[in-house]
Amino acid sequence: MHGKKKWYASLGQLLIPLVAMALLILFNLLRDPGFFSIGLATNSSGNRVLTGNIISIIDSASELAIISMGMTLVTAACGGQDISVGAVGAISGAVFVKVLQAMGSISVGSVLLGLLLCCLATILFKLFNGTLVAVFHIQPMIATLILYSCGRSIAYWINGDATPQLNSPIISTIGMTLPGIPVPTPIFAVILVGLLLVLVFRLTTTQLYTQTVGINQGAARLNGIHPTAVKLLSFALLGVCVSVAAVTGVCRLGQLNHKTLLADIEMDAILAVAIGGNSLGGGRFRLSGSILGAYIIQMLTTTLYAMNVAPVNVKAYKAVVIIIIVIAGSPVVKSKLTALWAKFRTGKSDSIRRKEAD
Amino acid sequence: MTTVSRAKAEKHREPLTDAQLLMTISICIFAAMYAMAMLLMGGGFRKAQMVFDLLNDNAYLIIIACALTVVMIGGGINISVGGVIGLTVMACAIFLNSSGVENGPISVTLTLLLALGIGLAFGILQGFLVSYLEIQPFIVTLAGMFLARGLTTMLSVNPVKVSSQEFLSIVQTKILIPWLGYTAKNGNLIPAKMEIGALVALVTVIFMYLFLRYARLGRHIYALGGNQQSALMLGINVRRTRFLSYMISGLLSGLAGFVFLMHKPAGNASVAMRSEMDAIAASIIGGTLLTGGMGNVIGTFFGTMILATIQKIIALSPLNQSWWQEMANGALLGFFIMLQSIVLSSRGKKLRLPAWLKISHQKTD
Amino acid sequence: MQNDAVLTMRGICKSFPGTKALDHVDFTLRKGEIHALMGENGAGKSTLIKVLTGVYEKDSGSIQMEGIQGDAHIHSPQDAQKAGISTVYQEITLCPNLTVAENMFIGRTASAFVHWKDYEKRTDGILQSLGIPARAKQELSRCSLAVQQMVAIARAVDMQCKVLILDEPTSSLDEKEVAMLFDLMRDLKNRGVGIVFVTHFLEQVYEVSDRITVLRNGELVGEYPAAALPQVELVAKMMGKDLNELEDLAQVGQKSLGSRETLYEAQGLSSTESRPFDFVIRQGEVNGFTGLLGSGRSESVRAIFGADRVTGGRIKIKGKPVRITRPHDAMKHGIGYLPEDRKRDGIIADLSVRENIILAMQVMKGFFHPMSRSQMEKFADEYIQALKIKTASQDTPIRSLSGGNQQKVILARWLLTHPDYLILDEPTRGIDVGTKLEIQKLVLKLAEENMSVTFISSEIEEMLRVCSRLIVMRDRKIVGELTGNELTQSQVMKTIAGGEL
Repeated sequence: MHGKKKWYASLGQLLIPLVAMALLILFNLLRDPGFFSIGLATNSSGNRVLTGNIISIIDSASELAIISMGMTLVTAACGGQDISVGAVGAISGAVFVKVLQAMGSISVGSVLLGLLLCCLATILFKLFNGTLVAVFHIQPMIATLILYSCGRSIAYWINGDATPQLNSPIISTIGMTLPGIPVPTPIFAVILVGLLLVLVFRLTTTQLYTQTVGINQGAARLNGIHPTAVKLLSFALLGVCVSVAAVTGVCRLGQLNHKTLLADIEMDAILAVAIGGNSLGGGRFRLSGSILGAYIIQMLTTTLYAMNVAPVNVKAYKAVVIIIIVIAGSPVVKSKLTALWAKFRTGKSDSIRRKEAD
Repeated sequence: MTTVSRAKAEKHREPLTDAQLLMTISICIFAAMYAMAMLLMGGGFRKAQMVFDLLNDNAYLIIIACALTVVMIGGGINISVGGVIGLTVMACAIFLNSSGVENGPISVTLTLLLALGIGLAFGILQGFLVSYLEIQPFIVTLAGMFLARGLTTMLSVNPVKVSSQEFLSIVQTKILIPWLGYTAKNGNLIPAKMEIGALVALVTVIFMYLFLRYARLGRHIYALGGNQQSALMLGINVRRTRFLSYMISGLLSGLAGFVFLMHKPAGNASVAMRSEMDAIAASIIGGTLLTGGMGNVIGTFFGTMILATIQKIIALSPLNQSWWQEMANGALLGFFIMLQSIVLSSRGKKLRLPAWLKISHQKTD
Repeated sequence: MQNDAVLTMRGICKSFPGTKALDHVDFTLRKGEIHALMGENGAGKSTLIKVLTGVYEKDSGSIQMEGIQGDAHIHSPQDAQKAGISTVYQEITLCPNLTVAENMFIGRTASAFVHWKDYEKRTDGILQSLGIPARAKQELSRCSLAVQQMVAIARAVDMQCKVLILDEPTSSLDEKEVAMLFDLMRDLKNRGVGIVFVTHFLEQVYEVSDRITVLRNGELVGEYPAAALPQVELVAKMMGKDLNELEDLAQVGQKSLGSRETLYEAQGLSSTESRPFDFVIRQGEVNGFTGLLGSGRSESVRAIFGADRVTGGRIKIKGKPVRITRPHDAMKHGIGYLPEDRKRDGIIADLSVRENIILAMQVMKGFFHPMSRSQMEKFADEYIQALKIKTASQDTPIRSLSGGNQQKVILARWLLTHPDYLILDEPTRGIDVGTKLEIQKLVLKLAEENMSVTFISSEIEEMLRVCSRLIVMRDRKIVGELTGNELTQSQVMKTIAGGEL
């Protein structure tokens, strides 16, 4: 590996997800060149909006992209995953709706207050997970299994056994499109959370500390970093992500369904992190990888829909593609392939040498 | 136990191991909970039939909890078990409806083989990916779950009811235990009824207990979960052992699917949804550690029974709401997780990350 | 091959990229003897053992075993076990969650079932015959470390091993347990087992060993009967009296005695790992803790930095009482610490050289004051040049650097924080001579700039070259302090060995 730096080396962990994305795009182009066409249409609320598969992919992956960013941080710091994001997301949505109902009228102010309060509540729930992980040293998946199994019930309980509706133009604006802007609003939520995290990374040392703790907790401590605090912080940031995703999800439908809000998103989010080339064992991470992973998952789903695969069958195809991606990224496979390639190239000279030795 | 061995046991009385302690706690809690239910709820809980109902309804869960226990002892995880049940149930239902009617008893045997085959195939595939390609088991089995669920709906989106008379007669077959029965108001003796599936589950628990305790492979799985490096140094083929542990868990999931079908003879896309998490919870409550090396299917059995009893208590109480149910499950799980943490840290051990979550070999905690 | 030799190794060579770990080393083990393998860090002991046990493949040389015609082919730990070589490592390589009996038999039996009764009976028999205070049914994690080690030895013995390698078996045992272990070793010796004993404790070597082989810098120094080699001479041989190969003192620089003002003062400082001790360092002084590995020298400096949990003691910095209970406190008071185990405690393996350099500085600046990219690059560049760190780029992950360069990065990390007091624990371990000299020069230069430095090294010449005061430790206690004229090799060795010349 002493030779010239290969062009793809600078991409590092993004190589495989980018190749996967490129293959998906290529496949779609060959299959149906019209797949990527973008149109302009008028939607139900009278806004001119962009339509097309690309827009719908980017739009519907929003919640997943937001949550996978937070999941990346927790994974990096703790070397484990939070499987309660979907369930806590439901709580988050329930708090949001509860606040709006308590305020009576839905205005921009009440929505912001609702967002703020639901954000705080979500952070609290995430810190519960974080405390179990960072202070009591319980394995993250087990620690978060608690809220995974009862979070949605708490959400249901908060709203008094109902699936409340939110009917307001403000809500549908957040869930669908802003007047005059032809791009779906959830996309802005992703950008907002992304910018927020970039801001956090710029203004604080979160990124460096998180990676350091994830790679070598003991050495981090010897350099004056407080591993427990860093882990708790990662859970708090995940809380922010979850609450934004939950509010986006609630506004998209204009109602709160504690059973379907962000359902099964924990699995997809963990997948997004892994597909993005991040180690599930913690340490170095790239948010861009996880975001890319989220869009790959959504693109895969949309592609399958476009191929007239029934929505219920999508999971099977998804599984096959995921397995292929993780096999391609597996270190064992990589080293075996490298060895095979090296053998293939030096095979001739090697066999001669062996003969001489005999 | 003979007198001689009892005397010997007293001479060298070993303290309870952590796993035994955790298991004992869960057995006691089950007993206490059940006794409370008998006292306060009365009615059904005072009849032996209630225990059999719990067994009948949760036979499949007991089996997949055993499947989870095996991989968790080896330091792995398998979240595809619920999906495999769904797929097996659907495949078997379709198979029975298509050809089985005229074939008689053979069709039932073939169905069983089909169920075991599906489970085994998943076990082999996942085991290969996890042990020989060293891919994280969480991701592999998550993909396995997606695959199984997807294949289920590909087979049929609509529920499929089994119409094979042969099979339905097996479903109807109940093992009657008169001496545990009760006398109804009209004076008739109603014997306790146990389904074949429940019997299969009990046999599975006993078999798996014996396997994990007395089979060489079973002990190798413990060694693997205890310390992978040491296991290697002790001359154990670590990869093969891990592979086989996934194979066993796949096989058990297939069996659980068949048992599920014997309880509710209909395939449905949502069969055993989220049951993998219940199975993990049951294992943890029974004293199995996710970090590996510790656990016991007897504990797992009682873990499952605790979850089932809570469900029943809530279903029969005025709090009959699904969210009470789930909250109770969550609280219970939280209690047992904290208990484990305390028991282990009191021994100067911390719950460490299992080996499969550690990708880079340089990381130490 | 000698008649009574059970194992003969001849001309063993083994190289790693950049270093020659073993250079034509010979080693002979006789039947029924305890043979100590001695040498300081980097001498090649562990490499030799790993070659013998099949963990490493040798580059050249021959290994012959009694009863095996020609060369013994050892390519894996399994091969070694089959040939009759068993190893008991410092870290227990048994499964803590299994019982003693199981640990004795697992992985060895062909039967598909476990015959618990049989195993337990046989285990109890073996334990009894070897006098190991454990019961077959006991869970291994319930046994003390000493007993666990003995169980590992019992397993080896039961596998009919001819050669038993004990790698630092006593480092985590107390006196009583050590005595128990030694009884067992003598017992095995009488049964004809050849035992290779690796340890850093001198007294223990003389207590049980028949013969001693000394390695230094990957080369064989010699093989001696234990009775014919006084303790001081052994220390001299391990440390190497040969100074010719290294440049002499003058070229490194002038030693610094420091000013009169005390910088740091500790009274009765203790941690979970170290016994209470007093310690003082003046401004601009370079002093050192010396003693063999395991003497408590590292634990003492860890206590100063707050790396282990501090359990007592009073600390003053520049005359003011302060509280240092965790590394962050120490850093705030201007103390830097380069840890002994670079791989485990020093480097953040997957992070880039740049991030590794600025890490401590960034922590000092605080959570809300992240450095800009350009700042980081500037600092990193500056120190990569100043310390001549060889790296492809700033972005290279530190794990792909050589050991010496990794160490320089960690050094740069602490220099960047401009500490008043820098603790360097084995900064030159496992790095090449050139880099060693660079680091020594750097230390003296820093002292000239009024920085206080505590320097720890296994190599005495090095300590003598840079330190103006040496604190000598033995068995976790400070046993002497040497300054001025006392700073000679023989005096230091005498103090370390605790004997008369």
